Amino acid sequence: MKKKHVVLYFLISFIIAVFIKWMISSQKEEYVLLSEDKSNTTNSKQKDSDKETKQKLPETISYSFHVKPILSDKCYACHGPDEGSREAGLRFDTKDGAYVPLGENKDRFAAKPGDLENSEMIKRIYAEDTHKLMPPADSNLLLSEYEKEILKKWIEDGAQWDSHWSFKILQKPSLPKVVNTKWGNNEIDRFVLKRLEIEDLTPSKIATKERLIRRVSFDLTGLPPTTAEIDHFINDTSSNAFEKVIDRLLNSKAYGERMALDWMEVSRYADTHGYQDDLERVMWPWRDWVIHAFNENLPYDQFVKWQLAGDQIDNATLEQIVASGFNRNHKITQEGGVIDEEYRVEYVMDRTNTTAKAFMGLTMECARCHDHKYDPLSQKEFYGMYSFFNQLKEKGQIDYGEIPEPYVTLDQKTIKTKLPFVNIPDSISEVKLMVMKDEKGIRKNRVLNRGLYDAPGEEVPYTLPEQVLPFSDQYSQDRLGLAEWFFDDDNPLTARVMVNRLWQQMFGTGIVATADDFGNQGALPTHPELLDWLSVTFKEEGWDIKSMLKKMALSATYQQNSKITPELLEKDPENQLLARGSRYKLPAEAIRDNALAVSGLLVKKIGGPSVKPYQPPGLWAGTTSGVGLTEYIADKGEGLYRRSLYTFWKRTVPPPSMLTFDAASRDFCTVQRQKTSTPLQALVLMNDPQFIEAATVMAIGVLENDASDEKQKIGALFKKITSRSPDEVELDKLSEYLNEQRQGYVKQKTENIDPTVTSTLDVPENIQPRELKAYTALASLLFNLDETITKS
Amino acid sequence: MNELFKHFNNNNRRHFLKKVGLGIGGVALGSLIDPIGMFSQPNTAKGLNLGTSSLQLPHFAPKAKKVIYLFQSGGPSQLDLFDYKPKLTDMRGQDLPESVRKGQRLTGMTSGQSNFPLADSNFTFKQYGESRAWVSSLMPYVSKVVDELCFVKSMQTDAINHDPAITFFQTGSQQSGRPSIGSWMSYGLGSLNNNLPAFSVLLSRGTGRPNAQPLYSKLWGNGFLSSLHQGVQFRSGKDPVLFLKDPEGMSRADRRKMLDYLNELNHKQETEFGDPEINSRISQYEMAYRMQTSVPETMNIDDEPEHVFRMYGPDSQVPGTYAANCILARRLIEKDVRFVQLYHMGWDQHDNLPTQIEKQAKDVDQASAALIMDLKQRGLLEDTLVIWGGEFGRTNYSQGTLTDTNYGRDHHPRSFTIFMAGGGVKPGFTYGETDELGYNVVKDPVHIHDFQATLMHLMGIDHTKFTFKHQGRRFRLTDVHGNVVKDLIA
Repeated sequence: MKKKHVVLYFLISFIIAVFIKWMISSQKEEYVLLSEDKSNTTNSKQKDSDKETKQKLPETISYSFHVKPILSDKCYACHGPDEGSREAGLRFDTKDGAYVPLGENKDRFAAKPGDLENSEMIKRIYAEDTHKLMPPADSNLLLSEYEKEILKKWIEDGAQWDSHWSFKILQKPSLPKVVNTKWGNNEIDRFVLKRLEIEDLTPSKIATKERLIRRVSFDLTGLPPTTAEIDHFINDTSSNAFEKVIDRLLNSKAYGERMALDWMEVSRYADTHGYQDDLERVMWPWRDWVIHAFNENLPYDQFVKWQLAGDQIDNATLEQIVASGFNRNHKITQEGGVIDEEYRVEYVMDRTNTTAKAFMGLTMECARCHDHKYDPLSQKEFYGMYSFFNQLKEKGQIDYGEIPEPYVTLDQKTIKTKLPFVNIPDSISEVKLMVMKDEKGIRKNRVLNRGLYDAPGEEVPYTLPEQVLPFSDQYSQDRLGLAEWFFDDDNPLTARVMVNRLWQQMFGTGIVATADDFGNQGALPTHPELLDWLSVTFKEEGWDIKSMLKKMALSATYQQNSKITPELLEKDPENQLLARGSRYKLPAEAIRDNALAVSGLLVKKIGGPSVKPYQPPGLWAGTTSGVGLTEYIADKGEGLYRRSLYTFWKRTVPPPSMLTFDAASRDFCTVQRQKTSTPLQALVLMNDPQFIEAATVMAIGVLENDASDEKQKIGALFKKITSRSPDEVELDKLSEYLNEQRQGYVKQKTENIDPTVTSTLDVPENIQPRELKAYTALASLLFNLDETITKS
Repeated sequence: MNELFKHFNNNNRRHFLKKVGLGIGGVALGSLIDPIGMFSQPNTAKGLNLGTSSLQLPHFAPKAKKVIYLFQSGGPSQLDLFDYKPKLTDMRGQDLPESVRKGQRLTGMTSGQSNFPLADSNFTFKQYGESRAWVSSLMPYVSKVVDELCFVKSMQTDAINHDPAITFFQTGSQQSGRPSIGSWMSYGLGSLNNNLPAFSVLLSRGTGRPNAQPLYSKLWGNGFLSSLHQGVQFRSGKDPVLFLKDPEGMSRADRRKMLDYLNELNHKQETEFGDPEINSRISQYEMAYRMQTSVPETMNIDDEPEHVFRMYGPDSQVPGTYAANCILARRLIEKDVRFVQLYHMGWDQHDNLPTQIEKQAKDVDQASAALIMDLKQRGLLEDTLVIWGGEFGRTNYSQGTLTDTNYGRDHHPRSFTIFMAGGGVKPGFTYGETDELGYNVVKDPVHIHDFQATLMHLMGIDHTKFTFKHQGRRFRLTDVHGNVVKDLIA
């Protein structure tokens, strides 16, 4: 006994020691390569700074890359754009502000180019007197030694200044010269290769055809390729075989559904109102329009204009009016006793924030209560933009069952003639759809002090952020003017923001990693020239989304395999340089849709009212007040097997497996999802009836085929689920597992197949229960493979 | 853009990469992220386990390392439970003077009322224990444990309606979307065990008003924090955590076998792709496997001795009740779950208050008191903070007609009572005071943000330093507000 303890004691210590060592080394690697955002580990700053001192200063200091991120993150809170919280009248967010003479004699300076002695900033950041030290201790902000050195060297070198990168007018950069002229399919690759060559890295080889077609099918349609499609592609040896695949996918109806998925989160679409009793609403005809618009490849400028101001276009068509429903997707309350105006204001805020985030990539909401702390967005500008959305005749609090005005009534006939893409079932005679409609002049547009509905301040004109692009007289003072402003040739953000989001869709992370923040606190572009080249091209080609996606898919960059060599893992763990294909978890919807598609259960119907697939009982019932949607009753038949895009979204209790796989809550506009790995995800894949049923159906499918032997059956399942054929080792393993399952069945001597799953399924009599169970277990195992839920 | 472009041609990659890596952070320790238990320290009965995390939290020695939050959803009437106001009896039926109301906003439910008749409580109040705390006859069991309790009678909130008020209490913001307190704790302090989620949630429905205010799963949401920190709902019945239960007929051995094969195939992929994420996924499956055993074990209270059920009351053997959930809360705490959040619905007594609240109070009285004493007996109260309270209080005037036997009360954000126990708060202590009509706070107001700041302080966290950077901004649970109420701390 005692001996055992001793051994354990040493063993445990050893493991701990190894682990600590690993932690230290991994932290170091992490630091060297990335992670500006150590700010989420407030106290680790000090630790980092020790390492940073050893870090060599760059030969040339870049204001945008080295200096401004420090100023913004550590100084702007008190010396930035927000006039209200500005200390000592000093600001570092403008050139004039930073170089201003100080003191009574105007003989001192905050920052004096080339003159350390007379630059107060440097004195303060190195001050030993804690009263003088900047940033002050109570700010909880700390400059690392490295950061101080950067600021010092910047002043020494002449304190170069530059305006914010994303606010600069777009210009098409010329293609960079590269050494390796053999690699690359199109312009994208030139830019990527240039970066790689600077870093002394080489691109990865092209992925196998199986993986390529899987990757592009998920990216463009959210669905896996069929076995026939895979085989066809493999057998197509023509030089443009992959292009043909891309074209087929872009022209499939599933493309519009895939694109609509992301747009549901951008637009905070849901099937309920979202507050308190969370009553049902009808917005799905608008969702059907989104699918249709993507499939028709409506140019992005039209796509946005219609959604922001479709109702204000001259002689607006019904379709354009329907599109304006975009900004009615926000939450609406029916809670008894709330103050109407408080909530009405909240809705206008939501429209403002959503529009800013979705089309400008700016965190406008930060300027609701005061000037923005980091970006040149004043509170007045916030309310200037707010004004555009403030002229609706709408209520803050609606009654139970009330359809919030303004809305349009769409009956069967109108839909059939004017909106044929709206999939209204025969059982519904008409729907009322919320849209935008102004009653101009019904209320004055004012600043709301501290952002409060009951503290109106000065009146504001219709205006938009000056630093982005002045809102000139050429634009009408309404949402249509606002929409036109977004597509002004000089607007620097619109194209960049959208192209970046498309890049995120294809590569997992945007060229600007913070797809929702192109401001001072956001990430800097990894490939700024590429982003600009793509943005200008996007505009030149008439805002053609399909063409842009095709360009990305055709690039050699996109087609690289995603093997991570130890060298790449060390140098670029997050694949920001794109020396390999990206590898990350598929979106929540694609994971479920994959199971439906490969099992053949998927019902490929486009649009219509949202559906209710399996959901564990009691989730709605456990939280309801007894009013409205009190109990979740799963659909029968096809409603169980529609794409996840159509799953009914109750905002206060969203579909649990979607959230588990990182779908957004739809409370507000979201343009970027998390990518986590959790045990709850494992539980869903192992036990959600949707997956068990799909596994059972697949087992029946292969067992029905008498012609194939065991290995062929395994191979067929494997290929359907993962889009590739297993190798010998995998085949042997799976065959072994199958056998163990059979033996286990004999041992247990039970009819142990989940009756809740099989009761609805037609199991042919010639299939032995033992075989069905074994193959079901096998298919379920395959659904749980990391590879199955990963884009690779 | 020129400068940016030039930059790439002559600068090293390090600084550039420094800026672009986002949000990934270090190895944060989450509600669910510690699958192989490599970070967790075994719980030692002596001294406080400080937890571990890359955030280097706690900032200082914590008084509490675990929390049970008994949320009383709907807004319990402080005037019928704890805040004794004899003056209301004197002035019964008289209109609330405007000099007291001072323009306080009303909900739409009483804003149409022509007068606001002051209503005293139908229930009798007495002082109990050495601390002489006032408790009404609605809470006979709680009244016996007052010397363990720390009452705050001067709570204040900004919200007057349920949805914003409960969201505010749980996330620090009236609009939904921010992380819940439990998620913050999971993110900041990590998990203390390796087979249960650090943030666990239990719901029950009151009998006082069965169709009461709804709850929302977003209340235990992770907001912008990683979904590893989401609250995991524990439910009564066959499948206590969603999808926990294996398909009918599948044995543990079957599942083990499946995982062994799965791991092997995943490892093979890892060898091929070199992606460390695959290893992480393998670990998550192992955690899921452990949860499949540990959760049902925890949820199965059959092994509790009879005297425990007697202590928690007859409801405690009925799954899904508040009392049963209180036993589960203790079991989860025993297994080192960091944050256990209960919600009990039904405290929204707009009318028929006397009848409703009697049932509602009966739901929770015995079990709440039992939980505190049970924790104490087991030595767990010392480092477990128990919180009891709702999202706001109720008015001192009657909503609807005041009769000899009946009255209702509307929402009241300006003053209400909560109590706490254990975890470093002063036992047998009452803090804050309302005026003689129980309307305004006259001494030591405690705002929601102050409460949250204090809670974090007890957990060893400086609330001003505990931030998460999201969309360029450092977010705090307390936003830019909150003061630690040091007087509450033992």
